Amino acid sequence: MQSTRKIRVLIAKPGLDSHDRGAKIVARALRDAGMEVIYTGLRQTPEQIVETALQEDVDVIGLSILSGAHKALFPRIMELLKQKGLTDVMVFAGGIIPEEDAPEMRKLGIKEIFGPGTPTETIIQSVQKHVPKRN
Amino acid sequence: MTKIEEIIQGILAGDRRSIAKAITIIENNTPEASKLIASIYPHTGKPHVIGLTGPGGSGKSTLIEKIVREYRRKGKTVGIVAVDPTSPFTGGAFLGDRIRMQELSTDEGVFIRSMATRNYSGGIAKATKHAVKILDAAGKDIVIVETVGAGQSEVEIIKVARTTVVIHAPGLGDEIQAIKAGLMEIADIFVVNKADRENADKAVMDIQAMLQLNNKEKVWKPPILKTVALTGEGVPELIKRLEEHKQFLEKETEQQKSLLRAEAELIEAIKEKAANLIIDELKREGEFEEILQKILKREIDPASAAERILRQKLKKAISDAEA
Repeated sequence: MQSTRKIRVLIAKPGLDSHDRGAKIVARALRDAGMEVIYTGLRQTPEQIVETALQEDVDVIGLSILSGAHKALFPRIMELLKQKGLTDVMVFAGGIIPEEDAPEMRKLGIKEIFGPGTPTETIIQSVQKHVPKRN
Repeated sequence: MTKIEEIIQGILAGDRRSIAKAITIIENNTPEASKLIASIYPHTGKPHVIGLTGPGGSGKSTLIEKIVREYRRKGKTVGIVAVDPTSPFTGGAFLGDRIRMQELSTDEGVFIRSMATRNYSGGIAKATKHAVKILDAAGKDIVIVETVGAGQSEVEIIKVARTTVVIHAPGLGDEIQAIKAGLMEIADIFVVNKADRENADKAVMDIQAMLQLNNKEKVWKPPILKTVALTGEGVPELIKRLEEHKQFLEKETEQQKSLLRAEAELIEAIKEKAANLIIDELKREGEFEEILQKILKREIDPASAAERILRQKLKKAISDAEA
């Protein structure tokens, strides 16, 4: 019998951003590329994000942040992911993250940072490349 | 212990990661899926499984959040399966039901899983009933299944839920009369949400009128409740009715329905496994393509082709057995 495997992605907005236009665009693009995208809305805490990733058994987490609080929130999120044993989940980030902060974010374990204007196709291909083919 | 055995032990101990991994296994129908289901089945049958269906915009997720809070106040643990449609064109899905329930994410006593229908028709996913069994085996007192919101023909929920709640809201553009007959018949409880809006009372009366037209002699008369999910108004009354229906189900007369459900599940399982066995063999022997070509060339119609295949396979099976 055929196994059907879909890539499951969590698009999460940590912190206090007031809008989610960008996150929703990415979510829809990933959906149109055949993925199952869980979107949890605005104002998520690191604890909520990691617990959601665990319950939904996602392959990928996309963190969208505009407020500049990434240096405070991302380390906490990556630490919680490690604590809960979710180290094989691919994490990427987007929104407003200054270029000079990128190396620090990558060192935390964030695989890719997609700034404003990144073509959605780039994000799709990156996700497809990084998610291991488990069948 | 193998990985799958670890997961099974984890489920029975209520470990969240194991529950999550297990649901993925049965969703993707990997080879260990059958073993997983077989192992947990003896541990199932306890929770009250509640289905919630209704059109988009009626407030299902918001209402579920309030329902779960009430149950949590009473010390019950809850599992939620929220189903959304898969796009038939792209195969992808946007699963947004959690948005309204996110505060419950960090509650130890609540487990929420979003599922895509993966083009199974009827409002739920094929794997939904197994996801319910996993949450069951993990010890949840209540399991809630929220189905796809079109609300017109989404009646598959009755195969999974013991109590079905149909929810509607005034002013959705759909008149109550647009609730198709099937949905009217499967409801154990009707809820008119957003009852603070105009026309809420009219909606209740419309449902009452439609129920009276339905001539079936029902032992359980579905109550029609009003709620305002945003404020939680009407929710304690809803919980009371849910409990009442649960008591009703435990009576003798409803055991017959359990029998029918088990029969339906067995027949579906036999059909699926038989078809897979035969088709896998045909593909292995290279006959599958051949037959498809004959059908395309209009040399034979699909039903006759199936008949021919089955006769051939069954004759061979019988003679193999006799040998």
